[in-house]
Amino acid sequence: MIRFDRVSKRYPPGVDALLDLSFEVSEGQVLLVGGHSGAGKSTLLKLIAGVEKSTSGAVLVGGQNLGGLPTSALPYYRRRIGMVFQDQKLLFDRSVFDNVMLPLSISGFPPREAASRVRAALDKVGLGKREKALPIMLSGGEQQRLAIARAVVGRPELLLADEPTAHLDGDTASDVARILLEFNRFGVSLLVATYAHELFPGGNRLLLDHGRRVG
Amino acid sequence: MKAWLSHHRQSASLAWRRLAATPVNSLLSLLAIGIALALPAGGQMLLSAARQLAGTATATPQISIFMGNTVDRAMANDMRSRLEKQAGVKRLQFITREETLARMKAGAGLRDVIEALPANPFPDAFVIGVGDERPEAMEKLAAELRKWPGVEQVQLDSAWVRRLDALLKLGRSALLLLASLLGCGLVAISFGIIRMQVLTQHAEIEVSRLLGATEAYIRRPFLYHGSLLGLGGGLVAWLLVTASTLWLRAPMAELAGMYEINLALKAPDIVESGLLLVFAAVLGWLGAVFSLRQTIENT
Repeated sequence: MIRFDRVSKRYPPGVDALLDLSFEVSEGQVLLVGGHSGAGKSTLLKLIAGVEKSTSGAVLVGGQNLGGLPTSALPYYRRRIGMVFQDQKLLFDRSVFDNVMLPLSISGFPPREAASRVRAALDKVGLGKREKALPIMLSGGEQQRLAIARAVVGRPELLLADEPTAHLDGDTASDVARILLEFNRFGVSLLVATYAHELFPGGNRLLLDHGRRVG
Repeated sequence: MKAWLSHHRQSASLAWRRLAATPVNSLLSLLAIGIALALPAGGQMLLSAARQLAGTATATPQISIFMGNTVDRAMANDMRSRLEKQAGVKRLQFITREETLARMKAGAGLRDVIEALPANPFPDAFVIGVGDERPEAMEKLAAELRKWPGVEQVQLDSAWVRRLDALLKLGRSALLLLASLLGCGLVAISFGIIRMQVLTQHAEIEVSRLLGATEAYIRRPFLYHGSLLGLGGGLVAWLLVTASTLWLRAPMAELAGMYEINLALKAPDIVESGLLLVFAAVLGWLGAVFSLRQTIENT
């Protein structure tokens, strides 16, 4: 599903975020990316999401080399992956329902089918009764669950999550991890950048330190 | 195709909601655009009226020959025979001083003044149409006629029509210049508003890109916003021009009646109204295009 082949990423003026990194994630697998702050976890996710391009090496997702992907094809590639961000990136002037509807509107889903998918995704993360609420009215855990619903509503092949349980208390963090693993059980590959490996039992681990693989 | 149309509908609706979300700002912007457009549109209405006036006046070059007051009818008949034989004279009309007096009494509100005069002040006159209408040929003929005995004054009657025509041409050019400048103003207003919108919607643009939105998808609501601004401004301009026309129509007709001229202000017809709205919407859209080119790529 994902293959990193000797990937390096250098930011100006010469800061190495990733160095000669190689690994593979097969379909339906869970990969937990660990490491301290600045280890390169977020850069790794950005490379897979197509937000950044590698300085050298090849990033392949679903057999497609992202380095050779034209800019015009990038949006269509991104529709195949779901992303959960550390800061959630919710739209606070739109309702819970409209936040989850956004990726389906972007993909051009017929409104009726899209509405039914949005409700199913909200039910799955336990927000079925909050669809009219604004994100600001939700707790931190609920906001993270809303972000997950938005990431999975388009039924992606791959789910990327950047510190999805950061800033959440123990029970809420477990709840969010459980929901992510549930989607993995339906065959979605899951790549999670996290400190809290214990919340994702059974996942493979990749440990980074200053951009290098150390475990 | 269905999805594309659906997104156009959503974008238009989103643009409308964004306009409605800040009603005071939106209204002031529409008013500024409306006034900027109303000036050239109103000018065009006035110019049309003036053109109508020029159209009713004869533009066919002719020469008027006014005889001296000492010339009697026999001399005038003599003159008529000479003119009929004169090369370059195509048509000839003799207007007696009595006819002129009667015509002046009948119109233009001068009856009291004319009746107060001790004698008929008007001379006998000939109006001639010429074969060669070139200005130099007419001037040459007029110069020759001025030398004839009994001729007091020779006047080229098409001169004022030409002057009016030249004035109208100048008016058209000035109006075009004004419309271009104010059109640029409209584009600038739309540019600024859309730039602010892009900055305000920064988070949504970023999230949409991450979720797989194409650049066209992201730009579309802003383009609709610009077009709606232009269209709304055009509507305000139309209302201002129509209201002003109706307001000025009666006093203008009264004034024109006093001078016996055909000068009537007309409200914009359906084609002119449609053109105004389309033109305004296109300018608003253009402002949005420039703004997006400048701002969204850096967002």
